[in-house]
Amino acid sequence: MISRIDQDHSRFREIVRGKVRQNLRKYMSRGDIIAPQGKGTVKIPMPQITIPRFTFGEKGGGGVGQGEGEPGDPVDGKEGQQSGKGKAGQGEGDKGLDVEVSLEELAEILGEELGLPRIEPRGVDSLETRKDRYVGLRSTGPESLRSFKATYKRALRRQIAMGTYDPARPVIVPIREDRRYRSWRTDPRPHSNAVIIYMMDVSGSMGDEQKEIVRIESFWIDTWLRSQYKGIESRYIIHDATARLVEREVFFRTRESGGTMISSAYRLCNELIDNEYNPELWNIYAFHFSDGDNWSVDDTSNCISLLRAELFPKVNQFGYGQVESPYGSGQFIKDLRAAFGKEEVLVTSEIKGRDEIMDSIRDFLRRGR
Amino acid sequence: MAALTPELRDLQAEIQGYADEYGLDTFTTIFELVDYRQMCEIASYGGFPVRYPHWRFGMEYDHMLKSHTYGLSKIYELVINTDPCYAYLLEGNSWVDQKLVMSHVLGHCDFFKNNAFFGHTDRRMIDVMANNAARVRRYMDRHGVSPVESFIDTCLALDNLIDPWAPLREPTRASAPAPTSASAGKGKGAGEGELDEVEVGRLPSVRGYLESYINPPELLAAERARAKAAEEAQRRKIPRAPERDVLGFLIQHAPLELWEADVLGIIREEAYYFLPQMQTKIMNEGWASYWHSKLMTTRALRDDEVIDYADACAGVMATAPGRLNPYKIGIELFRDIEDRYNRGRFGKEYEECDSLAEKASWDRKLGLGRQKIFEVRRLYNDVTFLDEFFTEDFCREHNFFTFRENRRSGRLEIEGREFAKIKGKLLGQLTNFGQPFIYVIDANYLNRGELLLGHRHEGTDLRLDYARETLRALERIWRRPVSILTVVDERPKRLRFDGSEVSVSDESAAFRL
Repeated sequence: MISRIDQDHSRFREIVRGKVRQNLRKYMSRGDIIAPQGKGTVKIPMPQITIPRFTFGEKGGGGVGQGEGEPGDPVDGKEGQQSGKGKAGQGEGDKGLDVEVSLEELAEILGEELGLPRIEPRGVDSLETRKDRYVGLRSTGPESLRSFKATYKRALRRQIAMGTYDPARPVIVPIREDRRYRSWRTDPRPHSNAVIIYMMDVSGSMGDEQKEIVRIESFWIDTWLRSQYKGIESRYIIHDATARLVEREVFFRTRESGGTMISSAYRLCNELIDNEYNPELWNIYAFHFSDGDNWSVDDTSNCISLLRAELFPKVNQFGYGQVESPYGSGQFIKDLRAAFGKEEVLVTSEIKGRDEIMDSIRDFLRRGR
Repeated sequence: MAALTPELRDLQAEIQGYADEYGLDTFTTIFELVDYRQMCEIASYGGFPVRYPHWRFGMEYDHMLKSHTYGLSKIYELVINTDPCYAYLLEGNSWVDQKLVMSHVLGHCDFFKNNAFFGHTDRRMIDVMANNAARVRRYMDRHGVSPVESFIDTCLALDNLIDPWAPLREPTRASAPAPTSASAGKGKGAGEGELDEVEVGRLPSVRGYLESYINPPELLAAERARAKAAEEAQRRKIPRAPERDVLGFLIQHAPLELWEADVLGIIREEAYYFLPQMQTKIMNEGWASYWHSKLMTTRALRDDEVIDYADACAGVMATAPGRLNPYKIGIELFRDIEDRYNRGRFGKEYEECDSLAEKASWDRKLGLGRQKIFEVRRLYNDVTFLDEFFTEDFCREHNFFTFRENRRSGRLEIEGREFAKIKGKLLGQLTNFGQPFIYVIDANYLNRGELLLGHRHEGTDLRLDYARETLRALERIWRRPVSILTVVDERPKRLRFDGSEVSVSDESAAFRL
């Protein structure tokens, strides 16, 4: 039987979900919730969930306390907090509530709200991993797998049946036929591997605000794709005039200056795929964020030929997000669109500000590739 | 949930024995052993095994379970005001803790049974709550979960709008406002005649023959007619006088479906049930702590348990600056009272004594302390308790101070140690258990069937965003525009919600009684 509190609890979770869904756009434009809190959960501040009442506002700024101290000394803590012991249940605290939501739940909400299709992994059936599990016993096998407990039991049973068992002197001697060995079974497991390759322009024209937007976007893309594949990998490439493969932290923190050669990132990405991720076996997602300012027309045409010849045939999807910046010309997205038109693999999205993150995520993920 | 182990049952009998010896007068107390999940569950239901379904209980549970899991807080004990009194012990508490909790619980139990403010509560509340839950479930089956639940949300937004003194004068109120006005009209058959006799302002006329000149009869007649009309209007007004039991008023007068009225009634009933616990938080905890300390240190404690007991007890009594611990204030006040009445440090003679030395060594060996604290636990609530027994000496001895926010640094800072200010703030916080005073003024405001509430402003403004939302809840029940008179930044204002938006308008005067 489901206990009553579980019903109320799941009802509460439902309401939280509803609220998150309702205000998804707002949450998606804020950076502060996306820091994962330990075990795959995020904290979402939710002030609207309290029941409103006629209550006092600012309590005239202060109260009464107890303890040592001179006038002017700071008072720690806030008044009105409950000590550990006590009757609970009366009087809800009016503090804003932080609600924990697991990443899976968040992805589900995201999927529902944006109407995202589930992704059909490619090449799944062909790919298998095998896993051995010990499941039973058999009468032959290597000595290293002998099951002492089972062997002992067989021997005991045999001796009792034969009448040679002496309770006064309970010595059990197994013979060859008593021996039992653990046996295993090999389970084939369908498996799909996926990798997300993020590329970001860190040239001088990408400001902190632009990077924050990229950070938020990549969080949501991560969240969604992770809910679709087990065991997903993320790789990060930053570039200005040259490209480097970096760790996650570096990816979001680096600020370089200098020119921009987008082709360098694409070349590195291509090498990475060739070296580590066989397109036959991997679902590859590449996302590139930039402010759309490339060094030269030549480089842009290099990019386009690289994309067409090398990257597009290998990836499930190539996303290009252009973050608006006061310094960038925003030319690159136009070039891409002009060059590829209705190319299925390519998704382009312009992100003018934080409020448009949600639309951009929808653009990126709605094809279900 | 499990019954007690034989050892714990023996322990209970032992401790009950000590309590009886000291003259504690308790209901039969039934202890149950629960694990921490069950404890959190019961605690989120306010101590009751069955409540109506509502998400807020789930939220409480979520919160408590998490803070328990992370070791931020621990619910040692839970006891409810019923007869027999049910209390829950946490499985896996140490032996000393269980002793402590049992002693503490017996203190609460004695308080529930004997304090005057608990007198009106229903001691069979477990059954009442279970019945309420069954009715709400039935409504949910019939009308759907969401409508009923959101209606409960609406009601809960109003559940602090009750009259704390109503239960104590229930007999005279039994004839509620509406019937009273009707019976008053009928009862005084000669009401019309009486009204004619209404004395209207007459100028003094020394000479009789000038009477009709100084006070012309037609003027007098007009005055009388006006007075009569005013009286009549007053008589028709609903409510006749500002009414604090807003929930009760709504049940009687709002256009509710039957089930809605019933749900609102349930919320009101439970609000009144929990009221005395809020009115006597400091006293109740203080009394229970006084007795756990007394029983443990004079009777129940074994030598090898002293350290553990002291540790647990210190945790409960801990004060942090800027935070009032009701356990601590309560127990110290009871001890102070006991001491003062033992030594006769009260009354005119003591108050008027000028010699500090004599006052310090004042001891009349009256031995009235025990008797006095039993009397106090019977007759007082937090406000009267602090008003009478929070003395200047006590305040100084226990290092009380007032604090306020430093506007520049945004930190809370100690303001001073002035007795009058400290006491004023304390009482202010406790008055009406920290809730604003809200009255129903008029159910037919502007003759448009609008509901007008009044907030009696005592120096602190309402929290406006909440007030707006609460007005929405009121409108959902009243189904006509609702307004509240209040004061914002020292200016009288009226907040009005007309079903689509909240508007704020200036008023000429604030609401006063």
